Amino acid sequence: MLNNMSLKSVLISGAAALTIAGQAYAYEPARSAECIAPANPGGGWDFTCRSVGKVLVDQKYIKGNVQTVNMSGAGGGVAFAHTVSKRAKDDALIVAASTATTTRLAQGQFPGMNSGQVKWVGTLGADYGVIAVGKDSKYTSLTQIMDALKQDTSAVKFAGGSASGGWDHLKVLIAAQKSNVSNLPKIRYLAYSGGSEALVQVVGGHVDAFTGDISEVKGFMESGDLRVLAVMSEQRLPAPFNTIPTAMEQGIDAVAPNWRGFYVPGKASGDSYNWWVKTIDELYSTQEWKDIMAKNGLMPFHKTGAEFTQFVKNQTLDIQLLSKDIGLIK
Amino acid sequence: MDTMSLLMQGFSVALTPESIMFAVIGAILGTLIGALPGLGPANGVAILIPLAFSLGLSPTSSLILLTSVYAGAMYGGRISSILLNIPGDEPAMMTCLDGYPMALKGKAAEALAISAIASFIGSFIATIGLVILAPILAKFALRFGPSEYFALFALAFATLGGITGKNQFKTLMAAAIGLMIATVGIDISTGVQRYTFNTLELFEGVDFIIAIVGLFAISELLFFLERHAGDGLKQVAINKLKLSPKDIVKVLPASFRGAVLGFIAGVLPGAGASLGSFISYTLEKRTSDKGEFGKGDPRGVAAPEAGNNGAASGALVPMLTLGVPGSGTTAVLLAMLISLNISPGPMLFQQNADLVWGVIAAMFVGNLVLLLLNIPMVGIFVKLLSIPPKYLMPIVTLIASVGIYSVSHSALDLYFMVGFGVAGYIFRKVDIPLVPIILGMLLGPEMEKSLRHALVLSDGDWGVLLNSGLSIGLWVVAILGLILPIIVGPIVRAKMARSKDAAKEA
Repeated sequence: MLNNMSLKSVLISGAAALTIAGQAYAYEPARSAECIAPANPGGGWDFTCRSVGKVLVDQKYIKGNVQTVNMSGAGGGVAFAHTVSKRAKDDALIVAASTATTTRLAQGQFPGMNSGQVKWVGTLGADYGVIAVGKDSKYTSLTQIMDALKQDTSAVKFAGGSASGGWDHLKVLIAAQKSNVSNLPKIRYLAYSGGSEALVQVVGGHVDAFTGDISEVKGFMESGDLRVLAVMSEQRLPAPFNTIPTAMEQGIDAVAPNWRGFYVPGKASGDSYNWWVKTIDELYSTQEWKDIMAKNGLMPFHKTGAEFTQFVKNQTLDIQLLSKDIGLIK
Repeated sequence: MDTMSLLMQGFSVALTPESIMFAVIGAILGTLIGALPGLGPANGVAILIPLAFSLGLSPTSSLILLTSVYAGAMYGGRISSILLNIPGDEPAMMTCLDGYPMALKGKAAEALAISAIASFIGSFIATIGLVILAPILAKFALRFGPSEYFALFALAFATLGGITGKNQFKTLMAAAIGLMIATVGIDISTGVQRYTFNTLELFEGVDFIIAIVGLFAISELLFFLERHAGDGLKQVAINKLKLSPKDIVKVLPASFRGAVLGFIAGVLPGAGASLGSFISYTLEKRTSDKGEFGKGDPRGVAAPEAGNNGAASGALVPMLTLGVPGSGTTAVLLAMLISLNISPGPMLFQQNADLVWGVIAAMFVGNLVLLLLNIPMVGIFVKLLSIPPKYLMPIVTLIASVGIYSVSHSALDLYFMVGFGVAGYIFRKVDIPLVPIILGMLLGPEMEKSLRHALVLSDGDWGVLLNSGLSIGLWVVAILGLILPIIVGPIVRAKMARSKDAAKEA
């Protein structure tokens, strides 16, 4: 791994070497930065790195370039371990993260690691959870589904794009918990390898309900094949999603943002951390970023610095408790 | 009509300069790879997958590149069959029967030209077949629930024997190895880690692209090392082409018949290109007037070439519409699609219409490119045959390694690649086929998932597996697919061997 590292800093960017040299002196915004996307090219984390990297350069926050490095493995665990053990003091490194990161941390799926080992910078938007059914379903509101579950926990079966115990599964459990459904472990969840696969099963009438993110349902919602019963956000989302009621409107106090954001290494200097927090704050309000959000279906969700750190802590704890309730972890 | 407009839209993708460039590159590389004895289309595609990843190509460009390589390798396979009597791969075997005698008679150029034209007709007709048949199959998309999927995967495994099977037991063993490798990583139905030994790198399982590159490309390198094949193949002289329009017209009926038969053979899961070229040849021999089959009859070159190229395109039908590969090469293409976050299967035509139709249109373009390349430039490909492998193989290895490393930046992946290479070498030595291993890795987790989902939905009632006409139908085909090759396979194979021997004696 060490070899691997030194090879990379030599091969990939001479600019990174400049940065490391720069660390010896008092902190100033890095000339170049590196963004680790803890997955293969093409996914959400890769998008986060590449789009934020572009805006950082376009808006001249970073004078050189922002190099996106894909480091897949263990759902972000390989990148997390790399950051903690090999890059702990790197001031010019950011790592893309999302709710999937906190879920895995909470469930101990990064063995021996916890959220306190890195510094949480901020979020740049979120994709909110939804519960939906096929157009011929007898359910027309989330409340009806939850009432059915109260009668019989196996009455409604859910399909989602994450593994059992993953974020799509947890969304159902959060809603059920807030509706006082008892016996959460008995709720039937079918894990698919991706949201679209799960969606097709629901539209095809094979599974009762879909749990996923708002960005996944747009196509089938517009074609009329899918009825979205609730979005798990604090307020209604902007058009064209403004016709979807929130879970809260239906008396179910469940909010489930799949946020997109960053952390930096745990021993990065305080100055550099503050600079990243301030930069992410400013970046979030630029027109360029607003356009990227609109184009890619990202919804408003912005927390940085101490507020975000607290949020991550709370979310991790909530997920931990819920995972214990359903017997996923001990 | 709807199909036509989608196809036109596809052409707008396929005719961009970028797409044409990748089609041309793929066609050239594919022809070259296919022409080298021993390197078939599956190897060719396996070697170039990492290249597509490391160049960061879009899914559409990657697929255009690799389907062109696939088509090119099918064209290229005939070059060494005709000139050297060494088939580049199994489907090209039938082309030796009349192609080599033609070359001996000093008509090598004619044989190459006729086979190029027949290949074009075969691919062209089969691609039209794909355009017509695929959307019809894709309409069934929404009817596939967990129990239907389970039956479909059972069908894929049941027909494995047909794809590779000389020895059913070894095929079974290979599939079991693939299934075992596939259990490594998180089990998505329970969220539990299996066989990962707390190694973070294993949490997401073994990447099948690494397995494919190792098994196919690296093991090929080891074989070259073993053979000490330092020299290139002997230079073969080619006569000047003298082909009249009359000669072309004479082989047209054979080409058309071969194309249609090949396409049908390709669509049937598990039958593949070998069967396509075999039945095309034998039928042509039987239906034609006396002729001089086995002694250098041009129709004996045209029919199997049209047949195997038709089958190659036909095999894309089950791969794209059902996610079930009909041949070894389509299994490799399937792995690549999954790695690009595109799920092949019934929904592909709805969700990635641009990509699918772009690729289908690119196949038309690629075929035209291949035809144009192959007639005037055949001399160049023949010369390339004489490049010593000692220069060629290091390049292949380099491309593979750089590609694998650039995807994940993990040195462990390279160790795995080499490990799979050594394993692939051993498997090939003891005649364990490689394709079922890949299929086991690809389809095993899906099959397990479908079974679990079906049982969750039925609250544990196994009867759910036969709950619809569609799933019953799939089970029937699966059972037929399992039994037929055992009965018919040896007969066909014996006939193939016999006709080859007969040709040798002649």
